[in-house]
Order: sequence, then C-alpha cells, then structure tokens
Amino acid sequence: MPDDASSKKAAQKSNLSATKDELLKYYRDMLLIRRFEERAGQLYGMGHIGGFCHLYIGQEAVVVGVEAVKQPGDQTITGYRDHGHMLACGMDPKGVMAELTGREGGYSKGKGGSMHMFSKEKEFYGGHGIVGAQVPLGAGLAFANHYREDGRVSLTYFGDGAANQGQVFEAMNMAQLWKLPVVFIIENNQYAMGTSVKRSHSDTHLYRRGAAFGIPGMEVDGMDVLAVRETAREAIAHAREGKGPYILEMKTYRYRGHSMSDPAKYRTREEVDNVREHNDPIKRCEQRIFDAGYADEAALKDIDREIREIVKEAADFALESPEPAPEELYTDVLT
Amino acid sequence: MARMTMIEAIRSAMDVCMERDERVVVYGEDVGYFGGVFRCTQGLQKKYGKHRCFDSPINESGIVGTAIGMAVYGLRPCVEIQFADYMYPAYDQLTQEAARIRYRSNNDFTVPMTVRMPTGGGIFGGQTHSQSPEALFAHVCGLKTVIPSNPYDAKGLLIAAIEDDDPVIFLEPKRLYNGPFDGHYDQPVTPWKKHPLGEVPDGHYVEPLGKAAIRREGEDVTVLAYGTMVHVAEAAAKETGVDAEIIDLRTIVPLDFEAIEASVRKTGRCVIVHEATRTCGFGAELMAVVQEGCFYHLEAPVIRVTGWDTPYPHAHEWTYFPGPARVGAALKKVMEG
Ligand SMILES: Cc1ncc(C[n+]2csc(CCOP(=O)(O)OP(=O)(O)O)c2C)c(N)n1
Ligand SMILES: [Mg+2]
Repeated sequence: MPDDASSKKAAQKSNLSATKDELLKYYRDMLLIRRFEERAGQLYGMGHIGGFCHLYIGQEAVVVGVEAVKQPGDQTITGYRDHGHMLACGMDPKGVMAELTGREGGYSKGKGGSMHMFSKEKEFYGGHGIVGAQVPLGAGLAFANHYREDGRVSLTYFGDGAANQGQVFEAMNMAQLWKLPVVFIIENNQYAMGTSVKRSHSDTHLYRRGAAFGIPGMEVDGMDVLAVRETAREAIAHAREGKGPYILEMKTYRYRGHSMSDPAKYRTREEVDNVREHNDPIKRCEQRIFDAGYADEAALKDIDREIREIVKEAADFALESPEPAPEELYTDVLT
Repeated sequence: MARMTMIEAIRSAMDVCMERDERVVVYGEDVGYFGGVFRCTQGLQKKYGKHRCFDSPINESGIVGTAIGMAVYGLRPCVEIQFADYMYPAYDQLTQEAARIRYRSNNDFTVPMTVRMPTGGGIFGGQTHSQSPEALFAHVCGLKTVIPSNPYDAKGLLIAAIEDDDPVIFLEPKRLYNGPFDGHYDQPVTPWKKHPLGEVPDGHYVEPLGKAAIRREGEDVTVLAYGTMVHVAEAAAKETGVDAEIIDLRTIVPLDFEAIEASVRKTGRCVIVHEATRTCGFGAELMAVVQEGCFYHLEAPVIRVTGWDTPYPHAHEWTYFPGPARVGAALKKVMEG
C-alpha cells in the first residue's frame, strides 16, 4: 500500500533535545516502571500474585514520553498491560501493587486485579482485560470532551494485536467523522501473545490503520522517549485544536513473556537480548543524559536507590494490606 | 486406549476429525503456529498444513462470522475462542446468524460449525477470564451447548459436535484440563492419567449430544451438575456421606429430560450446582424442569448452589467458587427438608 497524504512515517528527528530536569524526570519515571515490574514479577514467582499479570518492561519510553506532554485533565485509557500507564499517570505504586496481590489497599480493593484498575483523581480510565474494548471507550471520552468543550484530549492506548478488533475500526471512523480529540496510541511490540504482527496483519504498518478514514498517522521510535514525546506533542496538539484523531504507531518491544506463563517459543533469546542490549529505552535515555553532561553514573545510581526504596515500600504495603472483607465482594455491583 | 489429559483428548478429537474429513478446518487466536494458549491444537498445523489449521487475528466476531460462512458452504470449521470471556464480540454472529440460518433458510442451509471455548474459574483469572456464560447460549434457540467433565467425554462429544450439522458451542472447563479438580484448591489434583475417565480410545468414537451420564448412583438426592461441578459434587457427597445420585448433564442443549426426571422421581430431592452467577443461570431452568416434571415426587424444595451474583473477583477466588463445603451444606440441607 502506498503511503497516502494522510499517513506518514516519522521523519528521523536528529535534533531531539530536552532539559536536564526533563531528561532526569523521564529517566526516573521509566526506571520506576521497570523496577516496579521487576518486583511484581518476583512477587508473582513467590506466589503472592495470582492469575494474569502482564509486565510492561521494555515499553517504558512509550507511556513516559506521551504522558510527559499531556495537559492536566487529559485522560489515559489502556488495556491489561497497564501498570506502567498507572505509574506514569501518577497513581500510587502502593495501591497498584496491592491490587496485584488482591488486597484491600489496592485501587480496586483487590477485586479487579492486575488488569482492572482506575483512578478518577489521575484521570486514568482503566485497565481493560478484553482486547480492544477500551478503544471505543477512549473515543467516547473524547466525545465527552468535545461536548463539554473542555479542551481535553483522550489518550487511548492499545496493542498491535488489538488493532485488528472490529470495534477499533468502528471507533476510528466515529472519531474522525465527529472530529473527536483522541490520540490512538498503538503500542506495537511486535507480538500479540505468540502471534507476530506479520502473521496477523495484512498491512504491517499500523500507523496507516486510519488511512481509510483519513486519520493521519505516524510511525515512531518507541524506544526513544524523546521521539515519543515530540510526536505525541504534535498529535495531541492536532487533537486539541479540533482537527480530529491522530494515530501514533509506537515501535516497541516487550522483554518478558506475554503474561507470567509464557513459554516464549515464538521468538529467539537472541532477538530479545539484541533489543535489551542495543535498543533499551532506559539505556538510551541514560546515554542522552551522559552525552549532555546532565548527570554522572553516581547520580543515576542515587536515583535508582530512591526508586528501589519506593518499590520496596509498595511491595511491603501490598503484602501487609489485609484481604478485603468477603462482604466487599457484593459492593459496587450496582448502586 | 491411551491415557490422556483433557487437553490431549480435545486435540485428539480434532486430529481424528481432520484426518477423516477434509472439510474440517481449525483456527483461532494463537491456534496455528503456537498450538493454542492451552496447547489444544498443538501439532495440528504441522500435520495438516497451514490451510487447515491456522492463526487468526484477534477478532472474535470475524472468527465466528467467517466460520459460519464456511460452514454454510460445506466446510466444518472448528474454531477456538481463546477464553469464553472473549466471545461477546462474536455473540451477535452466534445468535443472529449461526443460530438462525437453518430456520431462516427453510432448511436449505445449516451451520455445521463448532466453537470451542475454555470456560469457568478456579484459575485466578478474575472478571475477564473466569466467566461461565453457558446460559447465554442455552437461551438462544438454535445453538447446541456442550460442557464435558472429563477426557473421555471431551473427545467423544467434540467429535459428535464437529460431525453435527448444527452449530455447537463446546465449553471446556479450563480448571479440568489437567485433572479432575474437585474444589479442594489446597490439595494436589490427581492427574487425569490416574483417573479411569482419562482412558481414551485413540481413534474415532462418538458420545451422543443430549445424553446425560450418571457419575454416582445414589438414593437420597439427585445432584444436577456439569463440568467442574461434577467433581465438586462427588467430593461433597463423599465428605458428607449423603447418598447422592450425581448426574453429569454433559450437554445442556439438548437436555436429557428423561435422565433428570427418572433420577429426581427416584430420590425425591434435588440440588443443582453451577459455577455461573445465580440469577437467570442455567440452574433456574433446571429448577423449572424439575418442578414441571417431578413436583409430586419432591420431598423438599430444590436447592441451587451457584456463583454469587457479582463479577468474578480477583481476591477471594475460593469464597466465590462454589466448592465442596457449599455443595455439602446444600446436600445436608435438602435432606432435612
Ligand atoms: C477479546 C479478547 N480476545 C482475546 C484476548 C486474549 N488476549 C489477551 S492479550 C492478547 C494479545 C494482545 O496483543 P497486543 O494487542 O499486541 O498487546 P500486547 O499484549 O502485546 O501488549 C490476547 C489474544 C482477550 N483478552 N480479549
Ligand atoms: Mg503486542
């Protein structure tokens, strides 16, 4: 399929730069997600977390880069690989971890688990276990923004696999038809469980997904937090100005299995190691920090120490918080 | 004869059908290359080729919709919905198309399609990976709904489903894939390989749709169950000492009225067990059937043991799950009545 006017590949941006405070913040935010997820993985292995648990390790630059340029009030909604999004939205790591362990102190009082958490305060609209289901909701949030004329933008995240759900196309058409302020952020980590993009997409360039509706799209190096930030800035501005939806295809990679029980036979160890080694979003951010002379290794170690402390507190809380009372199971079903 | 898990039995059923009948095709999410998330289709792509066993994109309505089209024009698709919880996008196709085409076309066309879906809880799946939606299918006239409780039945019933000329929903209790889980979550499960119903013939055989099986003969009370709850009921009967007759319905549409009525008339008492939520669950239908057919034989009110009327929670899996303690309490209670 030829590129048409409404879709373009992101030009290589060579002049990406950020201030010291910005870069260190992104570094810190990404590291928080990584350390949190590593700890969640450990707690899972120790049997403190049960059921489904999808780690975001490797994809940190996507959510951190996008959230860096959102405005107060902009909404975030995503699927089940959602811990990173919640942390990037400023939700409390304690409440997230305690939800994973199914405790009263969790964001859903332990009733939702890893895939189902929300925060009104942080404008986080979930946490959805059904692949693709959040996408029309994201368009609906954008409709409400448009209706209320409050200038907000809906940041609607979904995976490469989710991009094939029929309702995603329905949402895209409606979003463009009604010029809704929504950015569709496709986190293309190249696999949907064990199915690679090329085995499930007739056109593997997902930034062109909205071409039939005339929605502009861009392919982005999702392992570079600044490339993410700059394209997100453009896309969000487009949506906020009333020009309708925008699609960002974030090329990224997940290091861990799909969920905790993934034999990972569909890709090679080398493939994963190669990305970890040469394209890791945190390492790349670190390199930018060193290149700009913003901090030295010792300073970054200090940040890591602080973050480990935050994650430790979250894990302790998640283990100490009691189970919800059984009666709690009956609350919040209906009014 | 071989010893098989339920997974192997299900795979063997598809294998047998693919071998015998070129019209059978198998597809779904992660079904081809990866062999299915529960490994039910492992090896089938290698054996039969990519044109007969393949991956689909993540689009359940597309999977079921295309299967209906194939079936109408003479293929026999056996598709997988990765978890029953994901079937809702396909529900439109199932109810409005698959279930109606025979009726609507004056019998010109039928839909010989099988839709396999893992169902039920007990695996810490929470609200989007533990649902038991069987009543939603049973309520739609024009679909058959099967729920096996062991490897032997799973294979025979799946072959029957694939060979059936009507659309069949084949619900696989995922907690039973590897062994007869009886609700004692704190005890190891005996593997199927050590259970008599793990003895499965290698070749072709059919267990007819619409025939219940008596798992335990008894005199005091009839237990109507299917899937995982059959094993839970067996444990409850053993632990309470109540002489229960446990009927494994195996298919809920068509339903074996005769077996139900014969047993309840004999025992005069009835407990109905399912994992699904209570209100409008299939137990409500069973209760009506028992009331209509056995009212004058009943010595006590019929009791239902079901999931609570809430979404399936992440915390308190075993409070939610109707385990042997709850079923046992119902057995005792119905005996008092
Ligand atoms: C409707 C529905 N179908 C299938 C699934 C099972 N499932 C969960 S995640 C997943 C893969 C999704 O892949 P992708 O959208 O690429 O997201 P990623 O896991 O890579 O973040 C599948 C098939 C589901 N949860 N919901
Ligand atoms: Mg993916």
